[in-house]
This record gives sequence, structure tokens and C-alpha cells, in this order.
Amino acid sequence: MKTFKLTVSVLAITAVVATTASARDAIRIVGSSTVFPYAQAVAEQFANITGAPSPVVESTGTGGGMKIFCEGIGENTADIAGASRAMKASEYELCQLNGVTDITEALIGFDGLSIAVSRANDFAWDLKLSEIYQALAAQVPVDGEWVDNPYTAWDQINPGLPAVEILAYGPPPTSGTRDAFVELAMHAGCEELEYVQNGAFDVNWLLENCSRMRTDGPFVEAGENDNLIVRRLEADPNAVGIFGYSFLFENLDRLKAVSIEGVVPNASTIADKSYPVSRPLFFYVKNAHRGVIPNLDEFLEEYMSNDALEQGGYLSERGLVSLADDLLMKLQDAVLSGMNMEPKP
Amino acid sequence: MADATAGTDPKPKTGSTADLVRASLARRNRKQSTLQVLGIGAMSFAFLMLFILVASLVSSGYQAFTQTHITLEVFIDPEEVPLERLPRGGFDDVIEASLSSVLEDADPNDRATMRALGSLLSNGAQFKLRDRVVEDPDLIGQTVTMTVPVSDPYDQLHKGLIDRETPEQFRRLKNFEIAWFDQLVAMEAISKPLNTGLISNPDSRFPELAGLKGALVGSFWALSVCFAISFPLGIGAAIYLEEFAPKNKFSDFVEVNINNLAAVPSVVFGLLALAVFIGWFGLPRSAPFVGGMTLALMTMPTIIIATRAALKAVPPSIREAALGVGASRHQVVFGHVLPLAMPGILTGTIIGLAQALGETAPLLLIGMNAFITSAPSGPLESATALPTQIFIWADSPERGFASRTSAAILVLLGFLITMNAVSIYLRNRFERSW
Repeated sequence: MKTFKLTVSVLAITAVVATTASARDAIRIVGSSTVFPYAQAVAEQFANITGAPSPVVESTGTGGGMKIFCEGIGENTADIAGASRAMKASEYELCQLNGVTDITEALIGFDGLSIAVSRANDFAWDLKLSEIYQALAAQVPVDGEWVDNPYTAWDQINPGLPAVEILAYGPPPTSGTRDAFVELAMHAGCEELEYVQNGAFDVNWLLENCSRMRTDGPFVEAGENDNLIVRRLEADPNAVGIFGYSFLFENLDRLKAVSIEGVVPNASTIADKSYPVSRPLFFYVKNAHRGVIPNLDEFLEEYMSNDALEQGGYLSERGLVSLADDLLMKLQDAVLSGMNMEPKP
Repeated sequence: MADATAGTDPKPKTGSTADLVRASLARRNRKQSTLQVLGIGAMSFAFLMLFILVASLVSSGYQAFTQTHITLEVFIDPEEVPLERLPRGGFDDVIEASLSSVLEDADPNDRATMRALGSLLSNGAQFKLRDRVVEDPDLIGQTVTMTVPVSDPYDQLHKGLIDRETPEQFRRLKNFEIAWFDQLVAMEAISKPLNTGLISNPDSRFPELAGLKGALVGSFWALSVCFAISFPLGIGAAIYLEEFAPKNKFSDFVEVNINNLAAVPSVVFGLLALAVFIGWFGLPRSAPFVGGMTLALMTMPTIIIATRAALKAVPPSIREAALGVGASRHQVVFGHVLPLAMPGILTGTIIGLAQALGETAPLLLIGMNAFITSAPSGPLESATALPTQIFIWADSPERGFASRTSAAILVLLGFLITMNAVSIYLRNRFERSW
């Protein structure tokens, strides 16, 4: 009898608890794992200063975050989505379709994608974008023919590079870092190739043929865990790794940057765009949730404060490359006034 | 008899049974010792692997069980912290000023120096001081002594994890910062007590402040919900199947399915929970309540199988005796069989819950890997769980999280060992054999 009573009471409690599940007092943030540390920093600072319930920050990847963000409006949906690229047209459409029509887009700063090797490697690495492409792409031109990538060692691409096997650890396709790498390094490198320049191909050809990473071994998808890449690079001094600049910044005593087109990644080269592989970081806010979800406005104020965003602010201490002053002012205006973003074509 | 005569016969007939036995004896002994050696080898290999696992965790994690603290006299300047502005105020400036007054060559008028000084202490120091002053505003204008964690790079330095030989430009701490720290060590302001914050603090982005409280509370709620659902339902299902269900095609089908369910990869349950509990029922993401329900789906088959085995082990004579004195089926089950089977059921349940405690994949799918700087106060508030907290820390760029990840794994292992030990104790203490 006891067991029976227990069962009934448990089911009753379950039912009661489930019906009261809707009220929410914490802000929900989803999105890119690259923007995650910055959202984390603001969330913690905000909770410490105001004493408000701490925001819930979840790292879902940019694509996954957009899906959750665009699910609709209401307490069960996320308020803010971080993104390591701008919102895609398809995602914008999904948002519109689900009634998320008033969105503020905020470009909060820049992040460099770094290619790094272990400090145990003595070669002074400097790669051109076209060399990166030739080393890592699925298909490359060889003697005027577009063929599957035959290169297995760096010196086959450029005799000035070391005669070691090509081995690169990089992010998987679900990662915003991967999207950015393909767009900023692979596409740009592809366009620089003589074969492509002489061929007068259009954009669609580029997107179709230059977007694929090779899958025959030299490029290894190392998962979303960038620490794992750092550890593997330490174990194998000849391997190179591809990850966000903040990881390189934290591990400068173990890793050294591969300079690209002769430029070493650091805060100033990324900010002035002389380092070619840098990308903007965004977050998106649902304006319909402002004034409805408690503390959302106050949280945005903290995010937009100079303490957080300016050069030397606590986000730049975590590796974010800050905006120039005039852009920062514009951003603060746009976010605090809740400006709706331009529709995506 | 034939054997006895054969044994005394000086010239035994070849081909007798005894001969065959004797001839094969050496071979059989050899086989047995080979088996023994292989068995011992397998055991030692398993132990070696376990030893390597634990040793590597301990060697990288033991540092996280202590935390470098600094003891500091702070003068709470009424100009920086005016009474009327509380709880806001320049608490960080107050701390930086008191640091610069004890350190040589720290110029209080140089902004960069002051900023570097400020980063010596954990970011939490100013909030700790603020909370004290808010609680007792009379402290304004007085000098208080406070012991707070130092920031992660200095903690790493004190634990010997930052190599002083590394060239300065690649090091997180510059030479002047190390000199400051050495001054503080010489003043005996630095201590390294047990890191109670590892258990009592919620998560933080600063390794020196980050703790497992949120994860422990989250895991507690998730397991409670899991237990509350899977224990009664699992036992109920098992009693029905074992004691009441007719033996037909349908109950065979149910049985096969339950055994199958126990082997389904946990990530499948996570996807199911995402679609049904969150998508359809509209329950909140990241809530331990949803986590508990998901884990209950996984734990139930384990409990059903363990309960059925325990019920089967109760000898039929007990049922027959009870029925013989006029008990109903219901009385037999709840009055006699179930109490006798309870130790076995509890053992199975605890092992099932221990499995659920270490489960990560389904929790990742329902968003229990969020970053939350406060512990949940109920099963519906967002929280993490122990394994997902390990997952988050393993992915954090800050150095201090490397040792904390190992320490968190050790804490998780500690809980698992405790739970399994309890189940073994219950089995040895209460289980009867007939």
C-alpha cells in the first residue's frame, strides 16, 4: 500500500510542478561557442553588480543558437543569441516566419582565427592564404587541372616550407569557427590561385568548389573542444591547429602563431584588419522581450557599457578585439534604443 | 579397485585409465596454470589502467584542492565608498590603494600599474568587500582585514605551474608582477588553504572562484526526480511482469523490449526528451526536472531488470506458505515477497542511479550545460549537473580550469564510489540466501 501511495503522490507532485513551469526570471542566452566566453563574462559581472538572478548562458554553436532563437516569442524561448557570423538570410526568414520580427543586431567586436603550432617547432611559419588553401582543400589545381588534393607535405606546395607532413587540427562543420575559416581563409586563398584567376569563374563556382575541406587525412576535425587541439599540438610539434584567437592568447607560452601573408595575429592587427583572417562577432536581441523578461534591459546596459566593450575593458581582457570608438558609440545607441535590424535579402 | 591394483603393479599395462590420467596430468596442470596466469594478467591490466586513470587525475587535479589566498589590510576610504552610494562604490579602487601602499615601486598615480595591481586579486574580492560593507556600513572609514583568493595567473605561479624561466613576452605574468608577488610572499601575506570554494561556490568564469555548488545541487535535483519517477514505476512494472502478468506472447514482447531499452544509447533518450518534454510539453530548457525525467527513462529498465531478478530469487516456498495460510496474491507480494527482495532491488536502484549521475549526453541535449553563476533553488530553475560541469570546464580556455576539471572528475568519482559502496553494503548486510 505504501508503494502505491508513494507512486500516486509522486505523480501528483509531478503534475503540479509541471503546470507551474512557465514563469521565468532569468535571461536566457544561447549561441556561438566563440561569443560564449564574452556572454559569460557580462552575465557574471551583471549578476555580481546588480544582484539580479544570473543569466543562463548556453553554448550551442551559432547555427544551433539561431534555431533556438528563432523558435518564436515567449518565455520559453531565448532572449539573446550570440553568433560568430552575421545572421543568414534563411535564419532571418525562419525568425520572421515564427513572429520574431523585431531584432536588434549588435556587432560587438572582432575575433581573429589563428593558425598555431607548438613552440617546440623551430620553423618561422608564414603562410599565404593560397598555400593554406592548397594544403587543406579537397580539390586544387595541379598543372592546369582541377583535381583531388595530391599534396601530403608542406614543401610540395612551396619549397620554402618544411618537408613535414601536412597535419592540421580544425573545427567541425557545426562550428561557426569552421564557417568563418572557410569563408575568410579558404575562399580568399582559392581566389588567389592563378588557375582560378585565369579561369574567370563566377561566385557560384567558387562557393561550390572552394568550400570543401579535404577528408583524406591531413585535415582532422578535432571537435568543438579547442583545449584538445592545444594538447594535440603540444604532443606533435609538426601539426598545426586552427582555432579562435582567444585560445592562442591564453596559451602563448605553449603555442606560437603562424603569421598569414606576413602578419602576426594580435589585438592591433586584427582590429585594423591587416590580419586577413578575422571575423566580426555578433549578438541578436529579441526586442519583443524587452520590458517583459525582467532585467533584460539592465543586462543590455551592462553589455553595452564602456567597462565591458572598450579597449582594455573586461571583454578585451578575455581576447575580444574591441571596436573603434565611433563604431562603439553607434553600437551602444543602436542596442540601447532597440533599433530593428535591416532585413536580410 | 582396478585403480588400486594398477597403482601397486610395478609394470602397469599401457593404455589403462590411470596411465591416461597420469600422462595428461602435466598437460592439464599446465593448462590450469596458464589460465591462472592469464586471469591474473587480465586483472593486473585492469588495475593498471585504473591506477593510470586515477593517478593522472590526481596528479593534475590535486592542485585544485588548495587555493592561494592573500590576506590584506584594507582601509575603506569614505571618499571612494560614500555611505549614500551603497551598494555601489569604488571598492576595487580601495583595494588597489591598499595594495599599492604595502608594495614597493607601485606608483598609485600610474593607471597601468593600478590596473595590473587590481588584477592581482580575484575579481570576486571587490564584491566580497562590498557585501561586508553593505552588511555593516559602520566599517566605512575603518581598516578591515580580508582574506581573498588571488587571481588565476598568480595562483598558477604560487603552485609552480608557471615556469619562471619562460621568456617574459610569452608569460602571463610580467617580471614586475612576479616581483610584487614575491614581496607579498616575503611579507607572509600569501597562504594556501584548502579550497572549500570548490564545493561551496557556484560556477564562475574566473577559475579561482569557480566551484561545483550549482552542479552538485543540480545533480541532486535531477537524481531526486529520477528516483521519484523510476523507483515506483520500475518496481511496479517488475512486480506486474513477475507476479501477475500472464505468460503469453505479449509479455514476452514487453520483456524483450525492456531488455532492449536498457541497451539503447543514452543520447537517444536525450533527443526524445528534447522533442517531447521541451518541444511538446513546453518544459523549460536546462531544468534539472527535465534532466531527471530523461535520466528516469534510462534508469527504469535497469531497475525493472534488477527488481525482477530479486523477486525471482525469493524461493517459491515462501509464496506457497503465505498462500497456504490464506493470504491473497496482493498480500503475498507486498507482505512477504517484496520485503525479502528489497535489498536486491535497492542495490539495483543505486547502481542505476550511479549510472544516471555520470550520464552526460542526454543532459547536453536538453541544455544542462549552461553557464549559470548561481545554484538552483528548485528543480525547475536552470542548472548544470556534475558531468556537464566537467564538460564546460574542460572546454574553458583559462589555465586554472585544467586542474579544476580533474578535481571535478575526482569529486564525481568519489560520489560514484560512495554510491556503489552503499549498494555493496546493503547487499552484504541484508541479502539472505536460501
